[in-house]
Amino acid sequence: MPKLTVNGIEVEVQPGATVLQACEEAGFEIPRFCYHERLSIAGNCRMCMVEIKPGPPKPTASCAFPAGDNMEVFTDSEMVKKARHGVMEFLLINHPLDCPICDQGGECDLQDQAMAYGHHSSRYDENKRAVTNKNMGPLIETIMTRCIHCTRCVRFSTEVAGVDQMGLLNRGGEVEITTYLESALDSELSANVIDLCPVGALTSKPYAFTARSWELRKTESVDVMDAVGSNIRVDARGGEVMRVLPRLNEDVNEEWISDKTRFACDGLKRQRLDKPYVRGVDGKLAPASWDDAFAAIATKAKGLSGEKIAAIVGDLADAESMFALKQLMGALGASSIDCRQDGAKLDASCRAGYLFNSTIAGIEDADALLIVGSNPRWEAAVLNARIRKRWLAGNFPIGMVGAPVSASYDYDQLGAGPETLSQIADGSHAFAKVLDAAARPMIIVGQGALARADGAAVLATARAIAEKFGMIQPASSDAEGNEVPTWNGFNVLHTAASRVGGLDMGFVPGDGGRDTAGILEGAAKGEIELLYLLGTDEVATSGIGDKAFVIYQGHHGDQGAHHADVVLPGAAYTEKDGLYVNTEGRVQMGFRAVFPPGEAREDWKIVRALSDHLGHGLGYNTLGELRSALIATHPSFAELDEAPTAEWGAFGVSGEMSGDAFASPIENFYMTDPISRMSATMAECTETFVNAKAGRTGTEG
Amino acid sequence: MLKDEDRIFTNLYGWQDWGLEGARKRGDWSTTKDILSKTPEDIVDAVKASGLRGRGGAGFPTGLKWSFMPKEPGDQPVYLVVNADESEPGTCKDREIIRHDPHKLVEGCLIAGYAMRATAAYIYIRGEFYNEARHLQAAIDQAYEAGLIGKNASGSGYDFDVILHRGAGAYICGEETALLESLEGKKGQPRLKPPFPAGCGLYGRPTTVNNVESIAVVGEIMRRGPEWFASFGRDKNQGTKLFCISGHVNNPCNVEEEMGIPLKELIERHAGGVTGGWDNLLAVIPGGSSVPVLTKEICDDVLMDFDALRDARSGLGTAAVIVMDKSTDIVKAIARLAHFYQHESCGQCTPCREGTGWMNRVMQRMVTGDADISEIDALEQVTKQVEGHTICALGDAAAWPIQGLIRHFRPEMERRINERQAGAPSAQAAE
Repeated sequence: MPKLTVNGIEVEVQPGATVLQACEEAGFEIPRFCYHERLSIAGNCRMCMVEIKPGPPKPTASCAFPAGDNMEVFTDSEMVKKARHGVMEFLLINHPLDCPICDQGGECDLQDQAMAYGHHSSRYDENKRAVTNKNMGPLIETIMTRCIHCTRCVRFSTEVAGVDQMGLLNRGGEVEITTYLESALDSELSANVIDLCPVGALTSKPYAFTARSWELRKTESVDVMDAVGSNIRVDARGGEVMRVLPRLNEDVNEEWISDKTRFACDGLKRQRLDKPYVRGVDGKLAPASWDDAFAAIATKAKGLSGEKIAAIVGDLADAESMFALKQLMGALGASSIDCRQDGAKLDASCRAGYLFNSTIAGIEDADALLIVGSNPRWEAAVLNARIRKRWLAGNFPIGMVGAPVSASYDYDQLGAGPETLSQIADGSHAFAKVLDAAARPMIIVGQGALARADGAAVLATARAIAEKFGMIQPASSDAEGNEVPTWNGFNVLHTAASRVGGLDMGFVPGDGGRDTAGILEGAAKGEIELLYLLGTDEVATSGIGDKAFVIYQGHHGDQGAHHADVVLPGAAYTEKDGLYVNTEGRVQMGFRAVFPPGEAREDWKIVRALSDHLGHGLGYNTLGELRSALIATHPSFAELDEAPTAEWGAFGVSGEMSGDAFASPIENFYMTDPISRMSATMAECTETFVNAKAGRTGTEG
Repeated sequence: MLKDEDRIFTNLYGWQDWGLEGARKRGDWSTTKDILSKTPEDIVDAVKASGLRGRGGAGFPTGLKWSFMPKEPGDQPVYLVVNADESEPGTCKDREIIRHDPHKLVEGCLIAGYAMRATAAYIYIRGEFYNEARHLQAAIDQAYEAGLIGKNASGSGYDFDVILHRGAGAYICGEETALLESLEGKKGQPRLKPPFPAGCGLYGRPTTVNNVESIAVVGEIMRRGPEWFASFGRDKNQGTKLFCISGHVNNPCNVEEEMGIPLKELIERHAGGVTGGWDNLLAVIPGGSSVPVLTKEICDDVLMDFDALRDARSGLGTAAVIVMDKSTDIVKAIARLAHFYQHESCGQCTPCREGTGWMNRVMQRMVTGDADISEIDALEQVTKQVEGHTICALGDAAAWPIQGLIRHFRPEMERRINERQAGAPSAQAAE
């Protein structure tokens, strides 16, 4: 552990730490542009220079210099001040200084550091350089004249996103950052370069010229576009969500978010349900008051026995509304409830059987990976970056059972379906040796392997693999007596933000209850007469016809609302406080950034109000009371922001597996839920990244 | 003056056969096996004792550099990289060695490689050196054929490969870490140091990068003994050295001379003197374009070695002596160099990328006097803001010529500005 002094203050740092880190440890801020904790060190901006003794009589770039024993570091000597002044002057001579029309204004590193370390005026009388803007696709606006060539974006795309499409062209004063042949940056994480860019060279295209950062109301919340639960900050002005930015959470998303998380928010403004609707005698949905809507439901529900009532919740539901709905269904005597609208054969009885037990951060501790029926790049783009991070560190064999995908790491394509899985399970497949040799192997089972008729058997086989290859290890100590923590390498990768929460509270069929497929079949036959859809937009309700009375509660006029008899306008994730449980089983709290539009209400309140009309009033009047009730029955919801360690147990049902190949449930990363389907930005991304690859006929116009 | 029998590069002018046969006649490869029977430590010690300092410009003691290489590299490869990317304006010594005496280099690679326990030598040759590359490749092929390198090189029991790689002609690839990047197939941009190549160089393995001349003299040092080599020149500046004399002299030439020879003697004896006589001398750039210019007063008695020129606030650099007589537009000459460095900056780090462009633009105006007197000070400050603040030495190289100009020729710069401001047409405008 090297000990050194920074401005006379003694600090001790980890071996291998840089001088910059030592300075921060000692409490001194070092200005920087190119240095970023999560990227490789470039050392090219030269802003972080400090004076080091003993050493040459010139300043040293602290970001790249290893801290050594007995070093004396000075961060505010005359030499350092001169160096910073000089670099700042150089950075500004060719910078256009167009801050008043720059979207980065107010949150610009260059602006801030120019205030702190710059000259008050310029000595540069020559012409400034100008650079042609580059096309980087529908998400990233480029004003390349502002670029200071820190290469953060290049390093991010090659290192984290895993696409070699960005680079620095030419040399000297003519250097330019560009994408390969000016094509759009083909990565689900591409827009993180906007956050990384320390100046306004790369800015958000959809957000361009819409707001200034200081006008925005910032709300820290949680993303629901996938089951990762990325931590986000929702920036709103008035009643409008202007943009979504990542928030630091080392355990979940580090500081990245996917492009869908960031840009689907424009879908919150389109096709919104802002008043209740009731289907009239003419068969058309007509606006109604809340009372009329509730009365229509009460009339239908009156005298209906519990077995004729069913409920399915969708992918974006918060835990509170699901819990209220579950209690309401219980009060009505209905046991046909399901939170697995995709029909995944997940077993709610054993928590370890449906969680991402290794945790996302735990991927970095694994030493072999088997992916079954999943395309992590599209199902959980940020989690995929973690797999890549681990893969980059080396010695991380990855095997894939399922459809070949374009991943950001190399993997062995082992096979397409259950047959290969059985071979691995019985040890006859070559990859079995890889898993055998690994000390901490892990398996990721995707919904593509579970949402099928033989899903329960696939789940059982996956469990067998986990047990056979030592993926489940209790805490122990090694030969030298060091403690080895527990390791659970069995992981289910979910795609829906609501799923784990639903399973945790048992939002699954009770005794004699039907699952999603059974409910839909029953509704089509008339055996289910009242169907409650809480944001359920991914199931085909068109087949139900007139047989069942369908209530749709949600925020967008999407699939679910089209065939409903009563539409209850709810709130989107930015418009309500709510708990979400991510694929790891981590309970996180989202917060309201704006109010729901029109007469729309927070979802739990709708269920609570309806319960009175049905004569089964739920016993809570505030969100706090609801949460207390939820935690009383399901204590796991009290453990905020913690990844649980779930007890291992039996789950899945052994049985015959079909020969059909596994397919990822996501066909288009950019449109997976009602919000992203309504987003114009996501539509553009679909056109650019998905349809363009699917091949064109030439007649698109 | 160096006696003929003390010359190392006896075919510098290409009067004899450059191939293996001719090289053998000149003594190359004659005792290679005996040299390789010594231990690597002995060879490193001999090179240290010879006082050889790197001939690429920085003048770092060669033997000391070799001693940084791991003593027990294990089964992982270790590399010797020879920098033949000679691009410094005014410099053409390595070119002549490769053209006319390539076997000196190939043999030197083997001996130096053995001394640092390297598995192979990569020679990175400048892209424009097309014919030179053909000569060198032919020499390597001849050496392989004769069993001098390759498996059991020269019958020593030591396996050693020599691989020639042609660059694409970027000045910055002569910087040792940019050279390594380029050799690895990447964009030629200097790496951050530390780590130094001796710890983490080519393909992440311990590597020593040496100049062609430093390697090519090793064979003779080992044959004639380090004392012989150290007997030339002054303390810490020993040996013989190739000087490239160009510019306003009657007979521009390359010549091997003793280190520490007076500049005046070098020019008068070998280059036929300054055109129009010594009194017609205006200035000399003594070590390739990147060192500060010297005035005639300094040139009168300055010695040509590392320390004497450092004391004169210039440098020996590559020992490329650029002579300028009084017909020279000195400001324009230095402005041309400023343009060169702007063009060759890799653009990676801020001070060099922005600073070389700034300095060049101001220098171009200084040529015509289209500037303000205060801008001379500003220009000097800019050079100081670049110098010592960059990743590699190109920033320093861009700053020093201008610093030298301002130091010695400030009155000339001021005269132009004053005349321009007084309304006189500039020399540039009159053309």
